[in-house]
Amino acid sequence: MKRITSKPAVLAIIMACVASPLSAQESLPIRNCTWCHGSSAQGYTSAPRIAGQTHRYIENSLLSFKSHARDNPASKQYMWGAAANLSGETARGFAVYFSELPASPANDGDEALASEGKSIYVEGRPASNVVSCIVCHGPNAEGFEGIPRLGGMGHDYLKRRLEQWNEGYHAAAEPMPRIAKRLSANEIEALASYLSFVR
Amino acid sequence: MKIVGLRLATTAVFALAFALAVKAADRDEGGDSAHGFQAKLEYCKTCHGLSGEGYRGYFPMPRLAGQQPKYIENQLRAFIERRRVNPVMFNVAHVLSPATLAALSEHFRNLNPEPIGGGPRDHIALGKTIFEQGLPESNVPACSACHGPEAKGHEEIPRLAGQLFPYTLKALSYWGKERGVGGSRDDTSAIMVPTTHNLTHEQMSAIAAYLSYMK
Ligand code: HEC
Ligand code: HEC
Ligand code: HEC
Ligand code: HEC
Repeated sequence: MKRITSKPAVLAIIMACVASPLSAQESLPIRNCTWCHGSSAQGYTSAPRIAGQTHRYIENSLLSFKSHARDNPASKQYMWGAAANLSGETARGFAVYFSELPASPANDGDEALASEGKSIYVEGRPASNVVSCIVCHGPNAEGFEGIPRLGGMGHDYLKRRLEQWNEGYHAAAEPMPRIAKRLSANEIEALASYLSFVR
Repeated sequence: MKIVGLRLATTAVFALAFALAVKAADRDEGGDSAHGFQAKLEYCKTCHGLSGEGYRGYFPMPRLAGQQPKYIENQLRAFIERRRVNPVMFNVAHVLSPATLAALSEHFRNLNPEPIGGGPRDHIALGKTIFEQGLPESNVPACSACHGPEAKGHEEIPRLAGQLFPYTLKALSYWGKERGVGGSRDDTSAIMVPTTHNLTHEQMSAIAAYLSYMK
């Protein structure tokens, strides 16, 4: 997976976010976000797609970066700075703006694993206490209120998120840490692959 | 600022190391059959809420806290026998051994978390009236007659107090499509058929809202 490589460039972006009086501005400084998340917020390298995400989830996430409750390495490196000065109102403004952008699927998983991934997503693996994802994330992985849309997000991002719960990061994200704990490496791979193709 | 930042980072590293150690231990225990019941219980609570209070996902996961053991056991069997149709709970229930099924049914009785609430408040008074007195003119019995004055239930009759608003509304709206399926005459769900037939959508919504706040 490609990383955001140019450190000085990233630093400059973070500085720009921190320095600008976000809450005072009338129109939202969208470019501060799309620098990293891609011009139509479809995701770029390690920054995930945020276009079409549920607005409640985006807002919650921004507040969790600000409070440092979300402490994944990339969150710490990139989003703690970007969210540091956000007022509640600005966070809500960003959330509504990005939730209304159209989203296209990443389609970047392993196609051979998609049907296995779908079966875990829909049915779970009751014998090994893996819950089905459909009950919360919805039949088309469209999300619901504070529960995020997963359909069409990038394979690498989804995989990393599920793995990092098992490494102890973002422990506050109930109920996901206890769900991820039950998933094997193969199941994570299959789920991330399937979801990357969902429209 | 910098010092604080460094402190936080150090704490985070320690927290992480600790979390990893705990996770590793947890994994080992997962294979031990003595912990099979605890693991299964945690699995139920992932969907039904950590204290059995229910969970509002894309599909509502009903409250099990304080529920009557006989009711839970009967419903789990109904899912397995497909008298009650729900693909998610069929998958969950059909792998349970009879002993685990019985033990799980007992477990939720003594949990007593606050209700999640959340039903629309505008018709709660109507909900209360129907619950306590029924609607004689439309042949709707008082719910309290069977479910008890505090909606705590009894044996195969479920507790309704504190149940999630969207779940109760769905249960009442799709009664005959989801329960008593397959023509089994002995199914306990038959008792509720006339009641659900005679309620309008608005009346169902009012009762579901009233129950969602009841402790
Ligand atoms: C310096 C690059 C960078 C900037 C600037 C940036 N982001 Fe991010 N953002 C990231 C990365 C990388 C992640 C993934 C973090 C992780 O993997 O834990 C992320 C994650 C997120 C998430 C969580 C998405 C999810 O699905 O969980 C949201 C929401 C978000 N960013 C919104 C914003 C908004 C709004 C802005 C502008 C105020 C912004 N970002 C600016 C790099 C950036
Ligand atoms: C009981 C409800 C529930 C179930 C079941 C559930 N999730 Fe989640 N999921 C959530 C919630 C709530 C969040 C948001 C957590 C937060 O950020 O606080 C989430 C977040 C996620 C995220 C992070 C997405 C992002 O944009 O960063 C992934 C990935 C995810 N879930 C995958 C899954 C998978 C795979 C399954 C099935 C194995 C599953 N979930 C089952 C409730 C659930
Ligand atoms: C993947 C999520 C999920 C898991 C795991 C799960 N359930 Fe459920 N459960 C549901 C949903 C959704 C319903 C609602 C079904 C409906 O709408 O008819 C339900 C309904 C029930 C009901 C019927 C409640 C009522 O008031 O009629 C019982 C009893 C039940 N579950 C017990 C359990 C037990 C015991 C476990 C653990 C072995 C468990 N469930 C695990 C999602 C789940
Ligand atoms: C004659 C007794 C009786 C009366 C009166 C009655 N119920 Fe029931 N109710 C039952 C029984 C028995 C069940 C369990 C059905 C089953 O096993 O599927 C039940 C189940 C329910 C359920 C499903 C609960 C769950 O957790 O899924 C709801 C909701 C409900 N009743 C609401 C009502 C309401 C509202 C009224 C009044 C308008 C009412 N009932 C009146 C006997 C009754």
